[in-house]
Amino acid sequence: MAPLLEFRNVTKTYSKGLLSRSATTALDDVSLTLEDDKPTIMTVAGESGSGKTTMAMLLLGFIPPSSGQIFYKGKDITTLAGQDRIDYRREVQAIFQDPFAVFNPFYTVDHLLSVPIEKFKMASSKADARNKMDECLAAVGLRPEDVLGRFPHQLSGGQRQRINVARALLLKPKLIVADEPVSMVDASLRATILETLRNLTREHGISILYITHDLTTAYHVANSIVVLYRGSIVEAGDVNEVIKKPKHPYTRLLIDSIPWPDLNRRWGEDQLPAKEAEGGGGGSGCKFASRCPFVMDKCKQTPPPYYQLDAHHAAMCYLLEDSPQFARERLSELLPA
Amino acid sequence: MSTPVNTATNTAATAAARASAKAANKNGAPPILQVNELEVTYYTDAGRARALDHVSFTLNSGEKMGLVGESGSGKSTMALAMMRMIKPPGRIEGGQVIVGDTDLMKLSENEMRAARLSKISYIPQGAMNSINPVLRIEAQMKDGLKAHEPGMSNDAMNRRIHEALEGVDLKPGVARMYAHELSGGMKQRVCIAIGILLKPQVIIADEPTSALDVVTQRQVMETLDSVQKQLGAAIILIGHDMGLMAQFVDRVAVMYAGRLAELSAVQEMFTSPMHPYAQALIDSLPNLENRGIFKGIPGLAPSILRLPPGCAFHPRCAHVMDACKNVVPPLERMPSGRFVSCHLYDKEGNKK
Repeated sequence: MAPLLEFRNVTKTYSKGLLSRSATTALDDVSLTLEDDKPTIMTVAGESGSGKTTMAMLLLGFIPPSSGQIFYKGKDITTLAGQDRIDYRREVQAIFQDPFAVFNPFYTVDHLLSVPIEKFKMASSKADARNKMDECLAAVGLRPEDVLGRFPHQLSGGQRQRINVARALLLKPKLIVADEPVSMVDASLRATILETLRNLTREHGISILYITHDLTTAYHVANSIVVLYRGSIVEAGDVNEVIKKPKHPYTRLLIDSIPWPDLNRRWGEDQLPAKEAEGGGGGSGCKFASRCPFVMDKCKQTPPPYYQLDAHHAAMCYLLEDSPQFARERLSELLPA
Repeated sequence: MSTPVNTATNTAATAAARASAKAANKNGAPPILQVNELEVTYYTDAGRARALDHVSFTLNSGEKMGLVGESGSGKSTMALAMMRMIKPPGRIEGGQVIVGDTDLMKLSENEMRAARLSKISYIPQGAMNSINPVLRIEAQMKDGLKAHEPGMSNDAMNRRIHEALEGVDLKPGVARMYAHELSGGMKQRVCIAIGILLKPQVIIADEPTSALDVVTQRQVMETLDSVQKQLGAAIILIGHDMGLMAQFVDRVAVMYAGRLAELSAVQEMFTSPMHPYAQALIDSLPNLENRGIFKGIPGLAPSILRLPPGCAFHPRCAHVMDACKNVVPPLERMPSGRFVSCHLYDKEGNKK
């Protein structure tokens, strides 16, 4: 059976202007698979500019890949037509970062929820539509009488973000792309929204691609993680392994920089110098070489292959040469469900 | 700092003076900042909203205080009120903000202009987007210097600018650059450099790293830390990231609906929070041990237009009593030096 989602050697470059030859590679030869039968939460982590959002845009079909293909249930999403396209549009839903920007202020919550029901012919009657709305609002912990009939400005940020989750859930999706869903929400509400997301996977069998730069929430909500650096996956595996035993110097820097709310765990314990990215880097070797404190000559010449460290853990770095090499195409096999 | 030529030596002298002042503080010298009964009301069409309700605290030089709370709890209003930058329909209704020995609330508008940046400086939220894109960084820094010290020579200004940039770990060459040539972290550090240009005694930083990723966030916070050490200034860090607070500040003030709920040393706040809201806040934090357990705070933050009677937190509180529904608990100083406003505790800090 074809996997739910497959990225096959996907590259996306943004060129600067018509005449310029310089281009930015936002995603560089990425291959990833999400299985259909095992709903999971996969985190895509990385700093700004690492290609996280480009990945979401590609997956939602907003932009075409420069090379490579993206398959949804075995079909290339750029050539989907007819019923396949409608199914794909219904089954792949998105939750965006800013709950204040995605609502049209002129419409009530009812409108927001009833439009997708109409478009995808989800309900046979008005009463049925109303039932479906009540059901999905209850699933995200909102009381329908509290939110239906209201305008977006009458709702709090946490309520709005949960309505977004409810709207996605309404369409009975297979896959939800959540791009920084909690970064604009108060800390006290984060827990509630993350819990809601996790219930979607557990109770409704929905897979979630959780895109974030916040590794603390990733650690709590996800099963597996891929760490992106300038468009390449530098480390991937079981979230527990990667966060507790990061191996790639970039992942180590990321994890070392998390301000843990824990007085016994001081910032920068790992003593990794937090060097800033010095633009370009354009060399042919490892993309992290210009910032890496352990850089060697060969890092600057050819990019390292993946080395397998554990049953569910691999990283792309010459420092791990003692471990067996691992083919880039098979990276997803390492990720636990 | 009368003659520009002596700026550098004067700086060293003031730094030394501040260092000794800091030492003296431990022996009971007056605090650098005293906020007394500060009160701000917004007069909106929907009614009066009390955004800041008799807030008082003190801060010693060299001390770092964190100010946390949900959005709408009055954190940013507090910063703006201390700078006297509240705009209509908001109004400062009363209270004192004393920096050193000057009450900012008593100053004339012109004196207040002079005090901003030189006594107390403010790094607003999203400051990095406030840099003018068509002016070089140095031109914008010179604006501040010209406004405060009109007689300063060009050479002296350049020296001061380079000094401030070095203070935030940027090369002097940055002065000649434009905003688009800098990364987010560098822009934020330029804003810190502008904030410390006139060596203020109090620095208020409103979510200085909210738009930055973790690696850059750490660099910016390290910069803020070293700048604070160089100047011996007091810092108020506003934010809602408790992780950042644990790593950076000495004391934490938790705000709820315009009032201080609790003000404690960071160690006490994290190990034994007293106010039930502070307890819920600490409990909701993720850590490495309890993976996959989420504890949100039930209920919603109240609107300051329609505050519940009594303690504003009582509808969400797990320990609510009859008194909580009618009487606003005052902020009491516990013998341990902590400040708590909750009916659960008596004046000795014991549970009633």
